[in-house]
Amino acid sequence: MNAPACFLVQLGLALVLAPLLPGVINRVKAKVAGRRGKPLLQTYYDLAKLLGKGEVVSRTTTWTFAAGPGVSLAAALCALALLPMGGVTSPLAFGGDFLLAAYLLGMGRFATMLAALDTGSSFEGMGASREAAFSALGEPALFLAFLTLTSLSLDLGRGEAGLSVVDARAAFSLSALFNGDMAAFWQSGRPELLLAPAVFFALLLAENCRIPVDDPTTHLELTMIHEVMVLDHSGPNLAMIVYGAALKLWFFAALVAGLLVPPLPLWQHAALSLAAIFGIGCCVGLVESGMARLKLTRVPHFLGVAAALAALALILTQAR
Amino acid sequence: MIPLISLNSLFSTMLFLLLLNNLLLLGAPGLRALIRLTAFQGILLGVLLFGMEHALLACAVLGIKGLLLPGLLERTRRRLGAADEPRPRMHLGVCVVTGILGLVFSLWLETRLPILPDLFPPLLLPTALTTLFCGLILVVGRATAISQVIGYLVAENGIFLLGMPLMAAGAIWFELALLLDIFVAVFVMGNAIGHIGETFDSLDTGRFRSLRD
Repeated sequence: MNAPACFLVQLGLALVLAPLLPGVINRVKAKVAGRRGKPLLQTYYDLAKLLGKGEVVSRTTTWTFAAGPGVSLAAALCALALLPMGGVTSPLAFGGDFLLAAYLLGMGRFATMLAALDTGSSFEGMGASREAAFSALGEPALFLAFLTLTSLSLDLGRGEAGLSVVDARAAFSLSALFNGDMAAFWQSGRPELLLAPAVFFALLLAENCRIPVDDPTTHLELTMIHEVMVLDHSGPNLAMIVYGAALKLWFFAALVAGLLVPPLPLWQHAALSLAAIFGIGCCVGLVESGMARLKLTRVPHFLGVAAALAALALILTQAR
Repeated sequence: MIPLISLNSLFSTMLFLLLLNNLLLLGAPGLRALIRLTAFQGILLGVLLFGMEHALLACAVLGIKGLLLPGLLERTRRRLGAADEPRPRMHLGVCVVTGILGLVFSLWLETRLPILPDLFPPLLLPTALTTLFCGLILVVGRATAISQVIGYLVAENGIFLLGMPLMAAGAIWFELALLLDIFVAVFVMGNAIGHIGETFDSLDTGRFRSLRD
């Protein structure tokens, strides 16, 4: 099978399997707590149910409210299409596409926040304000981690470690950063590179509103962040939001997996990447079982630690 | 595929863990966490020495820095009932940023210092200097006497690391003597803090300034 076809198969697999990831997290949490838990396929059932329902829309809202879920889902889809799948370069890859991916996700978040503000509810405005604040605090960590990876990718391009040789422009694409070469690099005596997956994991928790930053199951008005913004959505629009959230979770899990899975033959790499993504889902479940939600005032500290780790990784990689 | 672990990569992993441990020490809010991290630092130093084939010194370091001194500090902490730093003089975030700046300075210094080639393995000199800086930051940035003793211990660990490459030249006895000195110093300090804690109701060193006869 040629590379674009292989990429498309894996992208299709990602689109189909993404709603399974929240199911895995919930199942791990239930197992750790000694409960039976929801079925693994609960998100699929929810999506099917929501798609079959009608929608109730407040008269105070405008087209912004209706556009929010669609824009956020489209942004998550586009960002996912830029990622390499199981070591196969994305056909859409270009130098600097990591910036596009980061801002596509930002645009999706912006559309959700606008939709929340459009309802005119102060409660949803509060959630939007929290989401904006925390995502702004997460950006330094994200870009410092990308900076570390791109600087190393350039070194690889110069053939320093004798690994795959890519030209300088291609070194700045997500496909070059997350295709497994970095994993080969940390195995060859550069432990500081393990900080990058740790930073991306912390960002996964923050960006996908998981514990310790936000609790996706809570409905307590003082503590909600993401859930409060989507309270007014229902029916197919809510289905788009739920599916978009699953895709975003898959995107971040694939980033972490891309840094941990070493370069292997095509199908082995694909299988191991898939296993790693679900493994990361299990790790999220374990973190959520073992930790309480942080106080809102402590969340910036959590993101600050992630930024400090990313800065440390950057300093140490530059020093070598 | 590249082999998962080689001796060199193990050595640099240990040094990297030491660096992380230093930054964690600067950001740790509680005394118990500080003592545990100090013990972990002692264990890392011991493992590094095993890697350099100094088994005698490694055992001494593991015993004294990994078990004895943290045990003594923990006993003092428990006897005094001190759980947390009441109010550090420097904000913990500022401490961590200062530690990272110390690391950057050490990396810069490594390129500027005229050192014998191949004397220091990669990352050893910056790690040693950063450990020294972190110890000093702990002494300056914390308010209670017990965390300042920990800072002193961390700074000494940095000096110990600096001396590591010279051990092959017969400096091992010097290092052992230094280790004994540190043990006695921390032992005396631990007892002194115990007495201070029993006599006064606070270990905040800032208050010692207002003591009168």
